Amino acid sequence: MSGARLAAGGRIDRSRPLAFRFETRRLTGYAGDTLASALLAAGVRLFGRSFKYHRPRSVVAAGPEEPNALLTLGVGGRRTPNIPATTTELYEGLVCERQNGWPSVDFDLLTVNSWIGALLSAGFYYKTFMGPRRGSWMFYEPFIRRAAGLGRADHLPDPDRYHTRHAFTDVLVIGAGPAGLSAAVAAGRAGARVLLVEQDFELGGSLLSAPVAGPEEQVRRALLAELESLPRVEVLRRTTALGLYDGRFAALLERHEHASPDPALGAPREVLVGVRARAIVYATGAIEQPLLFGDNDRPGVMLAGAVRAYLHRHALLLGRRAVIATNNDSAWATALDLAAAGAEVTLLDERPAASAGLAERARRGGVEVRHSSRLLRAIGALRGVEWLEGESHSRRRTPCELLGVSGGWSPALHLSSHTGARPAYDAALGCFVPGPFPAGVFGAGSVMGRHAGPWADGHQAGESAARNAGASGSAGDAVRPSWEAWPGGAALSPRNPPRRGGKAFVDFQNDVTTDDLALAHEEGYEAVEHAKRYTTLGMGTDQGKISNLNAARLLAGLRGIEIQDAGTTTYRPPYTPVSIGALAGRSVGRHFRPIRRTPLHDWHLANGAVMTEAGPWLRPWYYRWAGADAGSAYLAEMRQVREQVGLSDVSSLGKIDVQGPDAAEFLDRVYVNGFAKLPIGKARYGVMLNDDATVLDDGTTARFGETRYFMTTTTAHAADVMSWLEFLLQTAWCDLRVQVVSVTDAWAGMSVAGPRARAALELALPEVSLADAALPHMAVREFEIAGVPVRILRLSFSGELAYEVYVPADRGVAMWTRILERAAPLGIRPYGLEALASLRIEKGHVAGLELDQRNTLDDLGLGKLASRTKAYVGRELRERPELTDPERWSLVGLECLEPAARLRGGAILFARDETPAGHGRGYITSVTWSTVRGKPIALGLYRGGLRHAGEEIVCAYPLLGETVRARIVSPMFYDPAGERLHV
Amino acid sequence: MLRIPCPHCGERDYTEFRYGGDAGRTRPAHGSQSVRAWHDHVFLFANPKGAHREYWQHVHGCRQWLVLERDTATGSVGRASLARPPGVP
Amino acid sequence: MKLLSRYSAFGLARRALTGARWQRAWRAASPRGSYDVVVVGGGGHGLATAYYLAARHGIRSVAVLERGYLGSGNVGRNTTIVRSNYLLPGNTEFFEHSLKLWEGLSHELNFNVMLSQRGQLVLAHNPVQLDVLARKGNTMRLNGIDAELMQRADVERFLPFLDYSRECRFPIYGGLLQRRAGTARHDAVAWGYARAADRLGVDIIENCEVTGFLRAGERITGVETTRGRIGAGRTAVSVAGHSSHVMSLLGMRLPVESHLLQAFVTEPIKPFLDCVISFGAELFYVSQSDKGGMVFGGHIDGFNSYTQRGQFPKVQTVAECAVALIPSMSRLRLLRHWAGIQDMTPDGSPLIGRTPFRDLYLNGGWCYQGFKATPAAGWCLAHTIATEQEHPLIRHLALDRFERGNGSDEYGLGLRTWVQ
Repeated sequence: MSGARLAAGGRIDRSRPLAFRFETRRLTGYAGDTLASALLAAGVRLFGRSFKYHRPRSVVAAGPEEPNALLTLGVGGRRTPNIPATTTELYEGLVCERQNGWPSVDFDLLTVNSWIGALLSAGFYYKTFMGPRRGSWMFYEPFIRRAAGLGRADHLPDPDRYHTRHAFTDVLVIGAGPAGLSAAVAAGRAGARVLLVEQDFELGGSLLSAPVAGPEEQVRRALLAELESLPRVEVLRRTTALGLYDGRFAALLERHEHASPDPALGAPREVLVGVRARAIVYATGAIEQPLLFGDNDRPGVMLAGAVRAYLHRHALLLGRRAVIATNNDSAWATALDLAAAGAEVTLLDERPAASAGLAERARRGGVEVRHSSRLLRAIGALRGVEWLEGESHSRRRTPCELLGVSGGWSPALHLSSHTGARPAYDAALGCFVPGPFPAGVFGAGSVMGRHAGPWADGHQAGESAARNAGASGSAGDAVRPSWEAWPGGAALSPRNPPRRGGKAFVDFQNDVTTDDLALAHEEGYEAVEHAKRYTTLGMGTDQGKISNLNAARLLAGLRGIEIQDAGTTTYRPPYTPVSIGALAGRSVGRHFRPIRRTPLHDWHLANGAVMTEAGPWLRPWYYRWAGADAGSAYLAEMRQVREQVGLSDVSSLGKIDVQGPDAAEFLDRVYVNGFAKLPIGKARYGVMLNDDATVLDDGTTARFGETRYFMTTTTAHAADVMSWLEFLLQTAWCDLRVQVVSVTDAWAGMSVAGPRARAALELALPEVSLADAALPHMAVREFEIAGVPVRILRLSFSGELAYEVYVPADRGVAMWTRILERAAPLGIRPYGLEALASLRIEKGHVAGLELDQRNTLDDLGLGKLASRTKAYVGRELRERPELTDPERWSLVGLECLEPAARLRGGAILFARDETPAGHGRGYITSVTWSTVRGKPIALGLYRGGLRHAGEEIVCAYPLLGETVRARIVSPMFYDPAGERLHV
Repeated sequence: MLRIPCPHCGERDYTEFRYGGDAGRTRPAHGSQSVRAWHDHVFLFANPKGAHREYWQHVHGCRQWLVLERDTATGSVGRASLARPPGVP
Repeated sequence: MKLLSRYSAFGLARRALTGARWQRAWRAASPRGSYDVVVVGGGGHGLATAYYLAARHGIRSVAVLERGYLGSGNVGRNTTIVRSNYLLPGNTEFFEHSLKLWEGLSHELNFNVMLSQRGQLVLAHNPVQLDVLARKGNTMRLNGIDAELMQRADVERFLPFLDYSRECRFPIYGGLLQRRAGTARHDAVAWGYARAADRLGVDIIENCEVTGFLRAGERITGVETTRGRIGAGRTAVSVAGHSSHVMSLLGMRLPVESHLLQAFVTEPIKPFLDCVISFGAELFYVSQSDKGGMVFGGHIDGFNSYTQRGQFPKVQTVAECAVALIPSMSRLRLLRHWAGIQDMTPDGSPLIGRTPFRDLYLNGGWCYQGFKATPAAGWCLAHTIATEQEHPLIRHLALDRFERGNGSDEYGLGLRTWVQ
């Protein structure tokens, strides 16, 4: 096969050589080559080893249906296995290697699998590897795993960039063959905005397989020129339509790898384009199917159309002595063109006769034609073929180095299947055609099984799509070429092809043979999906593009039913494999998910805060002033608050403005406790339930006016609470005159806490009076200080005298630094989330894991909060028997009884004398070191709750082999009477 | 891509919305003391294979809760209207 | 020649050498007029139920009715994970029983279901998440189930190719490993149960859709099907994804919504990932099949649907998780993605056991956990049907639990299961 490249012709640019590396060999191809054509030109014949039998394999196709010629491209983090050489545009510096051979593809010891093939029949692994004992599979599996898989991927991070883009268009035309080009021109002329996408790097589809000097090329050029002139037509080459989804949404992949994009310059390797189209035209063409005969996988056996494509597009004559075997007219073109290029050609046609005129052309072209002839087997790799002649059924041999086969053309209808339309079998055409299209979707050309007249067909589809999208201009007339297109032709192969010796492969990549399908049938795996799953047919990287149809025919034959009744498997996206990086786009690394920052974020970073995740938020975990690590820092910060005064950022709390004449009634309904009588200028702690009586959230709501409230929620549930309130108001309680607005991002919030909190605020805000009488515990006031609205709520999470100060977000830093600077003489310091959480544990406030959507009001010791006189969300379902069981667990405090030990979140609680086993009586939710108790403390849930106060229990943590003794105490470890709040 | 025709914002991707489930059920009146009614409302779903009226909130748009008509068997989308009845403030 | 029946390497060799033929995996049975038990749904659970009825309880007059082809529902569409790391009372015991059955399944069925116990690691990304995992792990250990807590350094030694970089949005903090967890070959489970049940006399009837129930008052006496009327002493409905639909034939509403769950597979590659990983920042789980494809999935699409077609944004979300967890997955190529219909319940736990109708049993609502539950669900339901005594392992999963208020919310997702 070396020296296959012709001296002239083709669509390659001989003035632009491209150097690339194939394993250890440095080779050169040309612009316009695919990797496959460049390697074929260089004489490469062995492209890889098959999945199971490790048989030598070469190129079969010239497009994405290629099952064999899969290479690993790139090195290091760019190493990418399983790339079809047939769709890879050659570029300078490309590096590739073959795969799935051990120790090498050229010398592969695993070809032994081929000799014991009869043992490795379909599904052999279901029948063995089970002994000698339970779990023996774990002994065999590593060998199977190493043998399976195709290429090897690396664990290095991908250095390339991927982008995502959204597009909108009137008409999306998929495929730029004759039908697609005609459709795009028609729709463009009609005035529609058109997006034409083509997976290849050249436009033309099947036209590219025609001679460059031929009439097809003239039409192609004319159509391209017109597309160029239409202002609203956009053409994307190297762009595959991966999938069609509901709502006429298409996912496209635009490839840029040929240009060696530099990620440092922001250039993407691939771009994922999400298109929302008013109308879609499928013009995806058809895929030629192979014939089934013995050893039909030998290198040198190719699809006839691919032989022709390599000849005219890449100037490759892949054999001087060629046999073309077909069951339809299309392969005659290949035979004639090979002969014209100087090859000695024998044409075996299964049919007794071909279409009119072909015989004469073959005779003139010097092609030897044998009708009613079928292939039996390939000989050598490749030395010749054995075939069965005509009516006489005599066996013949013909030497050849190239065998082009055509089992007919199967529409590339995959995309139509993605949106749920089941393909329908067309017995006259011998293939499946797309099922009914949804509104606004059209098909044209050979994807519809209409191989003749793609021009008019495409034109009509383009015009219809444009009309459907609202365009009203004239689409003019379709191109009317003066020659007859090659009839693509039906594919009526016999169901049980004759063969002699060797395996006849149906799925080349997964090594599924006709025998395997027969075995599947023998064992009852006869439904097409069962046969697929049992034999793995069609499950390779090519997803059965050249095996599904043959398999459907064979299975129907074995069952003795019609192909339409046997059906086909479901095609799923993507049409061709897509890198996961392209799907992820820029949402990787630190951009994986957006970060929510409080207005004080930058101040924290600049002032020694170590940040931590709080859902989407980043919040200060601790500050370095207090210690080098969280473990020591939070204790210093706790002491700061307990003994002096601290400042913390609470901006991430959900904040909801509730207004309206019925606001009081509304709050009364959503909170378990009463809000109707909350006086103006006061705040109240409240708890909301889900409809099923589990606790949804807690927080405080302040009343600033007759009809005006300011609600806060936890950081974690802010969005859920907001939507829930809107849901109730808009769907259930539409008569309530209330508006709710999220003002979380509008206000910066900060908490000043500690015995010196009032003094600190008075220094910071001398304009306002904060005396206990003016602003007692749970009182709230609005001020305007230098034109800035300020809200001060005297409430405490820490158990100390504390104020929450809210200012507009853009004034947050100013207020924060003002407090810190002016109160500096009092020693005020910022404190972080760890200290905040620990202070609340000492105070017995529920948060975090206590509010896990599983616990009820009573579980959390908050049952007394619930009103007995009014209705509230969740009230009725709270009364269900299991929820009122006194033996349910409820909130307790725990004090560690072992001086050297610590308590751990997630420990399981048992009574003192119990053997720790089973599910225990509860568990620890939150732990901290208590600075006031001088020992570890915890909150937890325990069966029977505080009825067991004073009892010693055991905290089991078998993951670390620990059991620690603790005592059940009130969860209010600190100042249970609340005296420190009222100073 | 499920596209939802928001009466305020036009046809938008469903990812801008929050799903709220079956809109065919009527929430018991506030204060209704029937545990059975609440149980059925909260826990039982018609879950039809076919025509479905369902709540969606345009959280990244007008924040309105909508009722969308959609066929759960085919995925086809009908009209969407505001959940809040017209004329209510 | 006698057909080969028992699976072994010897059998493979005999067929290769002598041309002996294999017996069908299961007969293509036609429905008889009546059976002791009719199981509606020829998925993994239905077939397991039929098998255990015959094998454990000697009830061999059993028919499994399948609307399409056997195993065409979720048993053939899932991400194949098998594990017993469960927290809540009842769940822990049930899923451990299931895992134990898995461990003997290939032998029991004489069908290699390729249970691959290469471990499952659930990740935590902050101390609170690790506490949640610790609670689960401690519970497992206290119930005799293997579990290991890992700190970040342990995770890094175990799986050095996850994202430990400074750029990582949700840094790994630790994890919980169950070494006995892993994957199984999903189709093989359906086929293995079908074959074993068939050998015991169970009729497996494909292309037979149930269109109605036969009633005598509040008692169910059989089903109407597209292949005629079939009487049944007892009837079990095991039709994941379609539970609401089938039960609506009796006018019953269930605490179930049908949602789309997508699954994904890459091209096959040489061994790349040896265990199952569950991401902690979002719902995402990934493993590598024996064939070499990376198999992964995430959250449901988030709205009722029976279309079995996923939405594209979820494809992107899941891909983002893949790269966030294993940056080198960026270069791997997605081969195929598909969707199944998943019963979602208000507490994320299944409904299994008796129904308000006499002699009618339901098994559904499995949410994300149907596959791993297959053996135990079949086991327990068979017991319940055969003995008319609810199996203790499914008592907490009864249909009426919401009336009593003991929902079993394993993941604390709250009521609105679709909220993401």
